[in-house]
Amino acid sequence: MTNWVDACAADEIDQEDVVRFDHAGRTFAIYRSPDDEYFVTDGLCTHEKIHLADGLVIDDTIECPKHNGRFSYKTGEARGAPVCVNLKTYPVKVEGDRVMIGLGA
Amino acid sequence: MNGDAGIIIVGAGECGARAALGLRENGYRRKITLIGDEVHLPYERPPLSKKVLLDHAEPRLPAVLNDLALAEKAIRHIGGASADAIDAAGKRLILSDGRALSYDKLLLTTGAAPRRLANTPASSRILYLRTMDDAIALRSHIRANMHVAVLGGGFIGLEVAASARSYGAKVTVIESQERILKRGVPELIAETITALHQRNGVAVKCGVAVLGIEADERHVGISLSDGKVIAADVLVVGIGAQPRTELAVKTGIAVDNGIAVNEHLETSIADIFAAGDCCSFPHPLYGGRRLRLEAWRNAQDQGILAAANLMGAARCYQAVPYFWSDQFDHTLQIAGLVDEGRTVVRRDLDDGAFILFHLDAEQRLVAASGVGPGNRIAKDIKLSEMLIAKRIMPPIEALTDGVNLKSLLPKAA
Repeated sequence: MTNWVDACAADEIDQEDVVRFDHAGRTFAIYRSPDDEYFVTDGLCTHEKIHLADGLVIDDTIECPKHNGRFSYKTGEARGAPVCVNLKTYPVKVEGDRVMIGLGA
Repeated sequence: MNGDAGIIIVGAGECGARAALGLRENGYRRKITLIGDEVHLPYERPPLSKKVLLDHAEPRLPAVLNDLALAEKAIRHIGGASADAIDAAGKRLILSDGRALSYDKLLLTTGAAPRRLANTPASSRILYLRTMDDAIALRSHIRANMHVAVLGGGFIGLEVAASARSYGAKVTVIESQERILKRGVPELIAETITALHQRNGVAVKCGVAVLGIEADERHVGISLSDGKVIAADVLVVGIGAQPRTELAVKTGIAVDNGIAVNEHLETSIADIFAAGDCCSFPHPLYGGRRLRLEAWRNAQDQGILAAANLMGAARCYQAVPYFWSDQFDHTLQIAGLVDEGRTVVRRDLDDGAFILFHLDAEQRLVAASGVGPGNRIAKDIKLSEMLIAKRIMPPIEALTDGVNLKSLLPKAA
């Protein structure tokens, strides 16, 4: 059973950008792709726990603001040194003008 | 020919470890031997001045490669061993314990060593910071109400100062130049960092020379050119580093402010490459200017590139130099070479953060430097790095006006 959480307004995130979302003691990064799809991953880089919301989004990649570890924010896949552990991703849907993220039961 | 001798990497820091991993990622199947003079597994050095000092429990080694990864990747790590000589004609590396190891190709990632103070008394209270063991030794001397003197207002010194303050230590930074961060950091940013330290209770003394140091096993006395004597519990010396070139020099490899390599990271002797802090290389973005960088990213990227070139890829190293430092809640980041700039354009961000764009005589972006709380400047520095790599000449108004730097990048075809 997916627990859908209202995270933010869809237009709160610029195209090809990322924002931070904190919920129930956890932190996430929500992305809007260049073609207006939304994605959610854990907020902290798997390398040194730096928040990815300060990082740069280019195409389908998020780059950590500190050590430049890169991930696909669509799949969570780690793309080369220094990151080797994938990012966890979560389901997301847009309802009206709200971005909802699915955080499990 | 030693057909199956494999590749030996001398130096098991970030660069050497990344090269070893890179070789396997590229499908290299023969032996890989990674030799380090420290007993520890390969680890990252940036946390040594921060997290390793600040971990309140036992400090943890920020390992790049653990035993499991070494076994999985079939990388042989020989720790606590030093390379004594290279028999280039016989393609053998001689270790200090007398062992001789054959190689097909050799990579030198020997790093840099802290510059030492001359004529100082031997004392456990005078410390340098380069290795995990150095960091562990330093931790044991940083306590609330102890007086930590730091010689050298460079990055290591300032990061140690910030970490020591967070323990409640009394901290004095001594810098002989008229300001901190004189090398490679713009004055405006150095001023911001100075103010940050002063706000956090660090005494910053610039423009004073050290006339003499007295030390025993409990105290250090530092006599300064302004007539003052600083009585400290511990002195941390951070006055720069020197490339470790002894092995290369002994072998007859060309050295020029580090082991001199070409754009493919090849040394002057066939089948011997060098990468990371120990080498100097020509940079194509800056007219082939020979650089030696002491930076984590460079160590990582050159290690990865060396791995490809050891397997014959012949790729040129052309990454934009990048550097960061964390002090208190602030981060400083620099992309490119500030001293290549002729004019400076400033962009202010929120929370007092700002970026300086450095343009050359043709108004090409050659560097961007910035400082601010958290990672406020990171996106703009990263985009600047991409603009520098593409040799963009951005309109000045776009830089000052807060235009999204992404819009200045050439559109993908």
